[in-house]
Amino acid sequence: MALLEITDLSVAFDTQEGVVNAVNGVTLALDRGRTLGIVGESGSGKSQIAFSVMGLLAKNGRATGSVRFDGREILNARPAVINPIRAQKIAMVFQDPMTSLNPYMRISDQMAEVLVHHKGIGKSEAVAEAVRMLDAVKIPDAAGRIRLYPHEFSGGMRQRVMIAMSLLCRPDLLIADEPTTALDVTVQAQIMTLLGELQRDFGMATVLITHDLGVIAGFCEEVLVLYGGQVMETSPTDPLFESPAHPYTRGLLAAIPRVDQEGEELDAIPGSPPNMTRAPKGCPFAPRCAFAGEDCLDHLAPLSEFSPGRFRACNRSLEEIA
Amino acid sequence: MSQPLLSVEDLRVTFELHRAGDLPWTRPRLLRAVSGVSFELFPGETLGIVGESGSGKSTLARALVQMVPATGRAVWQDGADLIALSRRAMLRYRADIQMVFQDPLASLDPRMTVGQIIAEPLRTHFRDLSETERKSRVKAMMDRVGLLPNQINRYPHEFSGGQAQRIGIARALVVQPKLLICDEPVSALDVSIQAQVINLLSELQRDLGLAMIFIAHDLSVVKHISDRVMVLYLGRTMELAESRALYGDPQHPYTQALLSAVPIPDPAAERAKVVIPLEGDLPSPMNPPSGCVFRTRCARAEDVCAERRPELTRAAHGVACHFPGPVAASAGRVPA
Amino acid sequence: MVIDATRMKNLGDRFAEGEVRGRSLWADARRRFFRNKAAVGGLVMLALITLLALFGDSLAQWSNEEIDFDVMGQAAQVGQPSIGNGHYFGTDDLGRDLYSRTLQGTRISLMVGIVGSLIAVIVGTLYGAVSGYVGGRTDQILMRTVDILLAVPFMFVVILLLVMFGRSLFMLFFGIGLMSWLNMARIVRGQTLSLKHKEYVEAAQATGVPTFTIILRHIVPNLVGIVAVYATLLVPEMILIESFISFLGLGVQEPLTSLGALISEGARTIYYGTTWQLLWPLAFFVATLFSFFFIGDGLRDALDPKDR
Repeated sequence: MALLEITDLSVAFDTQEGVVNAVNGVTLALDRGRTLGIVGESGSGKSQIAFSVMGLLAKNGRATGSVRFDGREILNARPAVINPIRAQKIAMVFQDPMTSLNPYMRISDQMAEVLVHHKGIGKSEAVAEAVRMLDAVKIPDAAGRIRLYPHEFSGGMRQRVMIAMSLLCRPDLLIADEPTTALDVTVQAQIMTLLGELQRDFGMATVLITHDLGVIAGFCEEVLVLYGGQVMETSPTDPLFESPAHPYTRGLLAAIPRVDQEGEELDAIPGSPPNMTRAPKGCPFAPRCAFAGEDCLDHLAPLSEFSPGRFRACNRSLEEIA
Repeated sequence: MSQPLLSVEDLRVTFELHRAGDLPWTRPRLLRAVSGVSFELFPGETLGIVGESGSGKSTLARALVQMVPATGRAVWQDGADLIALSRRAMLRYRADIQMVFQDPLASLDPRMTVGQIIAEPLRTHFRDLSETERKSRVKAMMDRVGLLPNQINRYPHEFSGGQAQRIGIARALVVQPKLLICDEPVSALDVSIQAQVINLLSELQRDLGLAMIFIAHDLSVVKHISDRVMVLYLGRTMELAESRALYGDPQHPYTQALLSAVPIPDPAAERAKVVIPLEGDLPSPMNPPSGCVFRTRCARAEDVCAERRPELTRAAHGVACHFPGPVAASAGRVPA
Repeated sequence: MVIDATRMKNLGDRFAEGEVRGRSLWADARRRFFRNKAAVGGLVMLALITLLALFGDSLAQWSNEEIDFDVMGQAAQVGQPSIGNGHYFGTDDLGRDLYSRTLQGTRISLMVGIVGSLIAVIVGTLYGAVSGYVGGRTDQILMRTVDILLAVPFMFVVILLLVMFGRSLFMLFFGIGLMSWLNMARIVRGQTLSLKHKEYVEAAQATGVPTFTIILRHIVPNLVGIVAVYATLLVPEMILIESFISFLGLGVQEPLTSLGALISEGARTIYYGTTWQLLWPLAFFVATLFSFFFIGDGLRDALDPKDR
């Protein structure tokens, strides 16, 4: 049984401009100890999937479908059911660590509080454990620095603290939502290396949400490509980059400037991302797709397996888009 | 070689910081955002400036248009020193030097229509232009950057990020500048939109013969668009070379570390790549290391690095390092 | 087909000569405002009160200074509201028509509120915008001046002015106007400080737009939201201040009156049983204040949708 099983998840928001359909029928499964990358641009609904799993949707958001964690339904579950899971089994790391750290509390107190509350151990023991965890995320002089306040850390160190904190309860699943987007590239490399090592050592399943295919390439075993709230393609990492099977994935890969290649013109994808206030009928990528026909504006074929472990949702066959 | 459009010599920007609670006569602490940067920019050329946060790259750009006070010289092709000009005298050159900003929506006044926004530089620099003439120039420019001219009366919030950045570009180009300074013009945009804007910029640059200073933290974007690239660290130039040379054969250990950190969207290459780790944090610009500012995080650092600051060599491939050279055999290397 | 339709429309747009009209932030705000029931209710109420205050006199059968000698001296017995003798709201103790007096008082109160608020808007906005935008020493001097003025007990100064120069409408306006803009200037300065670092202001600076033009073109229009909200909330504040001064007996001079003066009078005579003398002006007073508060709240929500 998969650790995390999301079936036909949809998320809609009621706003003044009308209903925004952020996620439309996303299905995915993640086994213990595996790494999944969810890649998408802004507005693709990638963060909303994470928020639905964590029960952190904004007040005007409605999630439908099913999210099963370790066999238990946790979507829209009562706080009594989801809170223990959320606190101990699933951890989340955000783009901006400052939003989830209390600026007026010492790191030691914040980390110890988590342990005292959830594991019921004593304060001094909890602090000792917290120091061990800060050591694990390679914060130099952890025992000394744990007495500091969040703002006394640099951006990269703060993200390390955040990661250490999320790992305190030894979660089975870590969801990292753009964990390095706000960081410099050298710091990003450090954090991604660290996440990789921790993932190996702690053996937790990890969902990495990002817009950066480069980060995915180095970290994830599987990738799910999201556009306009729908899954375009899902595949093990290597074949996805080698032979992307969806016009959007192809366009995205061709549009990225690379340090390791020379090149004149970038192959930009024309047009703009879809406006999610109108419920997308058909394929959300159709208006920007070179292979789209009338039928694409009307309906989108469901995800289908075209080679072992690889799924794509496209009305055109692989030969047609070759 | 032709005459440079702009030659910058020993540009320095120092901010005086007053701590909260300081008395008026307390000596302020000095933050050296840019210290001693020199470069030349030729007509039609693109100079990429890369650096991480705190490297002073945006401050450098703002100093060139007198948006922050600076010392040193920035000599325009007609001999005027942009740093020393009075506000009034500078006005003439502001039409020649235009900027494109990072956040496309924030750089457009939400209460003005697109037409008013793009027309603003025209109203400032071509005061005798008639209303109709101004409007037709605005529309022509909108068409040029790929916006529908009939959208002239729309407001910024009605556009997507990519379109908003096109508006920003149209505003900059409508007065036919000679130099376009782009400060992180695509870092707020989605990947698929980034490519559109980068292509547009390089196409416009080619067609209009613009010189461009392209500032970004994203090395791959800079590589793509620049003829030459300057690498900044803590307000100082580490390396300055032709794009191909800098990316293919980086000489400065910082450039090498920076390049090795860039993720490559190719699992095989990404796994093969060896990241050169940078130890520790960026030192405070209030209290930069003596000698070479990079020495605290450099694997090659020796005593001399703390004593003497390496000058940027005056070669085509300039490096500011006591021990320049390719990546040591032990460390990995970005596959070229 | 939805997308197809937009595609066709875009194609049409490209070739149509006609320019597409934009949807300004104002239009958005207006839409949000009119969706807010309390705010619209306040607006309607205020409109009714204003109309009545301006044109209600034509319905009156008595002017505000005429004394009805039939009622004089026995207001408690025959002065109650009645359609019959033309005193719709009854009379005051002297036998003057309360309807006319309430309308006239409302006019004065509204005027005081609006004039005070207008002075605050004009002086305060410019003062605050210049102070915040120019910054540095100018900012220090301008803002310390405001601090010093704010430290002066305002009510005391107004009362002193009225006592020294005699009670007059002009003095009242002068005294209220002198102080009303101070807080506005502070609020505007704070807002300007954050606007100043917006990239569109930087863009204007980089292209060489003169400082004062930047303030008028980019800063002030983007301040309008907060200024409008604060100004609407300032109106009732001004009315309250005027009422308090009138309550002390230092406000406008007889035969003119204001809501505050009427309420004060009504409160004094209430134990003769003439409740209408208190209730009518009080009703107008409360209705006016509530209207302004609702409108102000509605404006804030409409202009700043993110803050909700």
